[in-house]
Amino acid sequence: MSKKSFRQAINEALRQEMQRDPRVILMGEDVAGGQGGSSGVKDAWGGVLGVTKGLFTEFGPDRVFDTPITEASYIGAAAGAAATGLRPVAELMFVDFIGSCLDQVMNQAAKFRYMFGGKATTPLVIRAMYGAGFNAAAQHSQALYPLFTHIPGLKVVIPSNPYEAKGLLIEAIRDNDPVIFLENKVMYDDEDEVPDEAYTIPFGEANLTREGDDVTIVAFGRMVNFANEAADRLEKDGISCTVIDPRTTSPLDTGTILDCVAETGRLVVVDESSPRCNLACDVAALVAEEAFDALKAPIRRVMPPHTPVPFATVLEKLYMPDSARIEAAVRSVMGYKAKQDA
Amino acid sequence: MQIARDILLRSYRSMRTIRDFEERLHVEFATGEIPGFVHLYCGEEASGVGVCAHLSDVDTIASTHRGHGHCIAKGVAVDGMMAEIYGRRTGVCRGKGGSMHIADLSLGMLGANGIVGGGPPLICGAALSHKLLKDNGVAVAFYGDGASNEGTTLESLNLAMVWKLPAVFVCEDNGYGEATASSYAVAGTQKARAAGFGMPYFECDGNDFFAVYEAAGEAIAHARAGNGPAMLHVHLSRWYGHFEGDAMSYRANGEVAELRNDHDCLKNFRKSVTEISLLDESSLDGIDASVRDEIEAAVVAAKAAPLPEPEDLLADVYVSY
Amino acid sequence: MAGTITPITMPKFGLAMTEGKIASWNVEPGSSVDVGEELADIETTKITNGYESPASGILRRQVASEGETLAVGALIGVLADKDVSDADIDAFVEKFQNEFSSQAAETGASESAEPVVVEVGDLKLKVQDSGHGDDTPVLFIHGFGGDLTNWMFNQDHFSGSRRTVAFDLPGHGGSSKNVGDGKPATFAATTAALLDKLDIAKAHVVAHSLGGAIALELAKSHPEKVASLSLVAPAGLGKDINMDFINGFISADRRKTLEPVLHYLVHDKSLITRNMIEGIIRFKRLDGAVAGLETVAKACFPDGHQADDLHGALENFTGPKQVIWGENDEVLSAASAKGLPASVKITLLPETGHMPQMEKSADVNAAVTQLIA
Repeated sequence: MSKKSFRQAINEALRQEMQRDPRVILMGEDVAGGQGGSSGVKDAWGGVLGVTKGLFTEFGPDRVFDTPITEASYIGAAAGAAATGLRPVAELMFVDFIGSCLDQVMNQAAKFRYMFGGKATTPLVIRAMYGAGFNAAAQHSQALYPLFTHIPGLKVVIPSNPYEAKGLLIEAIRDNDPVIFLENKVMYDDEDEVPDEAYTIPFGEANLTREGDDVTIVAFGRMVNFANEAADRLEKDGISCTVIDPRTTSPLDTGTILDCVAETGRLVVVDESSPRCNLACDVAALVAEEAFDALKAPIRRVMPPHTPVPFATVLEKLYMPDSARIEAAVRSVMGYKAKQDA
Repeated sequence: MQIARDILLRSYRSMRTIRDFEERLHVEFATGEIPGFVHLYCGEEASGVGVCAHLSDVDTIASTHRGHGHCIAKGVAVDGMMAEIYGRRTGVCRGKGGSMHIADLSLGMLGANGIVGGGPPLICGAALSHKLLKDNGVAVAFYGDGASNEGTTLESLNLAMVWKLPAVFVCEDNGYGEATASSYAVAGTQKARAAGFGMPYFECDGNDFFAVYEAAGEAIAHARAGNGPAMLHVHLSRWYGHFEGDAMSYRANGEVAELRNDHDCLKNFRKSVTEISLLDESSLDGIDASVRDEIEAAVVAAKAAPLPEPEDLLADVYVSY
Repeated sequence: MAGTITPITMPKFGLAMTEGKIASWNVEPGSSVDVGEELADIETTKITNGYESPASGILRRQVASEGETLAVGALIGVLADKDVSDADIDAFVEKFQNEFSSQAAETGASESAEPVVVEVGDLKLKVQDSGHGDDTPVLFIHGFGGDLTNWMFNQDHFSGSRRTVAFDLPGHGGSSKNVGDGKPATFAATTAALLDKLDIAKAHVVAHSLGGAIALELAKSHPEKVASLSLVAPAGLGKDINMDFINGFISADRRKTLEPVLHYLVHDKSLITRNMIEGIIRFKRLDGAVAGLETVAKACFPDGHQADDLHGALENFTGPKQVIWGENDEVLSAASAKGLPASVKITLLPETGHMPQMEKSADVNAAVTQLIA
């Protein structure tokens, strides 16, 4: 056990699974980087942010594949390879690039098992960076997990810290269904105690990072950390919050969410994705339908506005949910008074 | 060219099975008993069969929306296919795929595909599996002239060359992408496209089984030997519309009649083999009769087969969830 | 002494402890306390522990409030006589805080000794090797499902004048997950090999639960390595074992299901902290961990009873020996402490469950000190 960054945790998960199972291969744009370059250095980048650094050197060209910048062909190839005996981990770099290859994910990998009557198994992992906060603007900053969550046949994972990232990625690689694994690009240098050994965190089991009596906060990915910060500040003012990190949006641990709302009677959902038809809507609908009687106040959602992610720092800051907004939302549900019947 | 007698018999049977299967579907579809829509492979039989004659269960193919012929050529059970098209629980996909998604991965049949251009990227992956798992297999993508314009296809030609994959790209050029002629929609030539990627190119007359068999043999041998991918351009003709119910108002009167009379791969095959006494008429007649019975039995069985149960709705979305 | 101000700081209960949370204050501001009286309950990474006042006086300030988490050494309260003015106390607190933050910035949290990995045959064992001095070393052996941090309130206590070693058994904590046949004798052989590897010829052995059975096997096979035996709620001296605990520990994989299982370990159920539960869940997620526990459980507790009777080993061991047991042990009944040979010193602790070394660490430390002195 030692302190490892989010980046190292993912690299270690990939390395350990590639050591364990020769069918696990890696492909993506510049996952090694440098093939054919004039320097002769073949592990030049290790991914655009260095996440896969060293894996080409350790495992060689039969396990780590740099691809041309053609997302449709290599994401499709990953799906085809998964259906025919390999266990590929394909890196899509920025999740925004799904626009170039959605068919391969949505109509091919996700559907094989069902439309082939249960006869296909597609153990595919697609890793991609998501999220704003990097001044990467509208085409490199989206939090597109609702898009994948919407598609039956896919599993969707959003780790909130390095410990979670390693265990969830190993689980993803060992899972026999197609998994979308989303890494918040702002978190790569976050550090955490991460065991050296391989371990798995099951999908569909939410993690309670705080347990309290007054308000349930459901948050996804990086937002979990903001929710924790807000909860810790509120605790000092005597408002105790439960913070739920669902870990996976598909499957979603609806039982834990409903149990916690039954205990606290108040719900705030924090979602970094665009506000229409996102996970906050999904969770709010779930609670409104299944736990209406438990609610002491309206559900509040903390989300960005319905705009593309802006470039300028000042605008991006305005765009992003943060712990202050979560805190304000919690205070507002705590202060809610039902109107008297006329 | 020498072709073993058993291969000839098997190939003829396969082509005859496809023809009868499709002709029967044409009739049955008109009765309204078959749900959804079907795309028929009539007239193109020699292509699928001529290519698959060089493949075994280890090899992989990816097909198209017009996939029945490829399925039969790759060995998928006819009764299971028929039941699938009728939406029955005994279908190869338990009634959950239908005509456009017939697949049998145990036979290396990676699925018909409802998305034009969906197959070539998948075949790059299957070819990668063959290469890394060292099973000496080859992966074959069938795609039409319409799909030849899809970005996925062009990307796949590039990727297969870059990774030197044991893949063969079979462009089945039947002259029409839906209702639009390839003379309108395809710029340049398939040959020049292959050349653009530095990929070996083979071309043949798809109405002539022997021509397809020979060209496919060379393309597949090239890939299987580890020399990288190849393209096989098969010139074909489509006897029915894009889908059943298509009135084909975009085709000249008499075009199909002429194809049926003068460019029938089955007639051509029979003529060739009997002229030089490779096979006799009676053994071919025997196959025809046997296939007729098989198709009849498949239709009767499919109509009598059980429908999917309500619990099938939720089954097999995931391996585990 | 009039005018004395005593700072009350976040205690360091064990080497691994870097911070603690004030679970509750047990003394109101303005009340007097005596040395040894419990000032507060401090939540650690394992269980909640009572903090005994290091001095007598009036608790003038609760600097840290309940629920607050502070670094070891941080000011949590102030003791002083009634004649010290509020202004003096304010000045003291301000001075302390200034110095503490600058000191914390200088030294960081680097001083705590990290466990090391020791290779014993094919196994990698995580070992906390502390202290030095001429006195005979102390070896700590934890029980089923435990790890070396089970001794976090004990190991330091003995590290002043001697070497102390706690380690993760195979299949546990950060050690290799290969448990072999899972029998106590096998673990004892590994333990003997570890002592050789560490150049420890002889050690006082303090062992808990299943570790007790391992210690007895060690005393049987390698009597020359064992200076004394302090067995805390040991296995091997009775037939019964709470299989709801064993099976629950193996199967529970969520906080909700594991927490009630861990309640079997302690008399005061509120002592089990979130962190302790989380730590065990994290251990069980490691590849091979659950399989290892299953093997051990099958080997040691087949058919729901303890397989090994080690009364003979205890009787035959000629060195100083003792058994320490919580009267309210719900995993291994303290009834097994009855009828042992007169040469075995028996300590029964009231209102104590299966983990006296954590729940009543001061009593256990005192008993061990007495035996090995």
